[in-house]
Amino acid sequence: MTRSSKKRLNTILIEIVLITVSFIFIMPIILAITMSLQPPESVFSFPPKFFPTAFHWKNYVDAFNTVPFARLILNSAIIAVMITGGKIITGTLAGYAFANFKFRGRSFAFSFLFATLFLPAETIMILPLFNLMNKLGWVNTYWAMTIPFMASATNTFLFRQHFMSIPSSLEDSARIDGAGPMTYFIKILLPLSKAIIGGATIINFVYSWNMYLWPLIITMEDKMKTVQIGVRMLISAESANNWGIIMAGTMIAVLPTLLLFFTLQDLFVRSLVRSGIKE
Amino acid sequence: MRKLYPYLLLIPTFVIIIMFIYYPAGSALKLSLYKTSPFGNRTIYVGLRNFRQLFEDPEYLYAVRFTLIYVSVSVAITIFMSFIIAYMLTRGVPGTRIYRTFLFAPYAVSPAIAGTLWTFLLNPVVGHVNYFFAKLFGIQVAWLTSKPYAFYALIFATVWKMLPFDMIFYIASIQDVSLDIIEASTLDGANTMTRVWRIIFPLVSPITFYLVIMNIVTTMFSSFAIVDVMTSGGPGGYTTNMIYKLYLDAFTFQKRGPAAAESMIMFAIMLVVTIIYFSFAERKVHYQ
Repeated sequence: MTRSSKKRLNTILIEIVLITVSFIFIMPIILAITMSLQPPESVFSFPPKFFPTAFHWKNYVDAFNTVPFARLILNSAIIAVMITGGKIITGTLAGYAFANFKFRGRSFAFSFLFATLFLPAETIMILPLFNLMNKLGWVNTYWAMTIPFMASATNTFLFRQHFMSIPSSLEDSARIDGAGPMTYFIKILLPLSKAIIGGATIINFVYSWNMYLWPLIITMEDKMKTVQIGVRMLISAESANNWGIIMAGTMIAVLPTLLLFFTLQDLFVRSLVRSGIKE
Repeated sequence: MRKLYPYLLLIPTFVIIIMFIYYPAGSALKLSLYKTSPFGNRTIYVGLRNFRQLFEDPEYLYAVRFTLIYVSVSVAITIFMSFIIAYMLTRGVPGTRIYRTFLFAPYAVSPAIAGTLWTFLLNPVVGHVNYFFAKLFGIQVAWLTSKPYAFYALIFATVWKMLPFDMIFYIASIQDVSLDIIEASTLDGANTMTRVWRIIFPLVSPITFYLVIMNIVTTMFSSFAIVDVMTSGGPGGYTTNMIYKLYLDAFTFQKRGPAAAESMIMFAIMLVVTIIYFSFAERKVHYQ
């Protein structure tokens, strides 16, 4: 075989594999959409339907009636916005301290923060954090669901890294012009960090929207739960029978993050690789 | 005044991590050495008895073994598949962008939703994947409630959810491997398989190492939602991994002392993983 025909064969092979795996990976989402639009009588059709044959929007209405989804969406949104905002604020402030100031105890403070990366959040949540919330009387509140997550080492390090890359001559000239540290931070540093703040915002938003274990433990009443828990409630309520309604609920829960993802895919990818964080 | 500034800037972060990470971690350590009386009104110091009890508990030892298998199988499959796929996505074949979008989409889906989707796809009555397996291999089973299929089901959902993250990192690092090296190996007559596994894979080993560690942490700790939604640890405790066992002991069975001891063991595992990572990273990993 000549090199070029060998190359063409390779390309065809790669195409076939990629078409197959990308089809397999997107399929669960497509089938969920299809199922969410099936009327009850065709949910159990055999073989199962692969493409929507109907647009039975009533499943979405039923999902809202079975589980208080409107309230759950509001809860998830409040929690995600508060955690994201909190992380960006504490992260930029602490990142600024580490990047632009020399102070006593800096390396100790840095290690102290760094060490939190070794304490897995899930194990902290399950017993000790829950006990603490009990003592504080925060069980079943927004405080419990947001404040403990409003700071993180990963965000701080991300901003510190970025602030360190901004030339210090800018800070010097700002100081000569009489700008205090806070003015420099707000007027110069933050505007220069829009891209990185944007990337951190979507990653933090997706992380907090998708939280499951903590809201499951800390909420007692249905009206305080989040959409992720709502889908679980829907499975129990429908006792895994009307999959049309369950998948409608699933689509409601996944839509915000999926939309963010499809519109801002490149930003997602870049921020993910840059921060190296899984959140 | 300027001297005080950095401390003020650090206050919000440090108040939160001390109150909500260090303090609870410390109280878990204390709790692991105590036994709570049945009515929860008294605590008695018992030393390491909670730990000894755990290591004599066959259910706990099973959960440890299951975790080990679940973590190694799902991480191995994810690493292998994501590297191959990432390699193919960097060959510049037509349609790459759309393939990448499709393959990356599960990243935006939460573990709980990933579990729900696969519960649906594997449903014996309405599930498409179940239908596919029945047609192709003649397997007609209740996936989530029978051995060993419940385990396979967890693996499907875990790999599906975790692969996009690895793939993105592999794409970035394969693109960093200089074209000269790939060109040179092509001229040497190395065939595709040799080139991929003997030349490119070793070159991206730092990122592989990073991803293995990240995946271990994900499957050890964040697998809770997938297990809870899909199998609730069943059938009969078959898919109960360490994090799920910890949750059951803490809340369902109210065994606070042993549960705290389980947290300590998980901290210790995390510590070991991290130490391995950094002692290895010091020598081998060069960050881009």
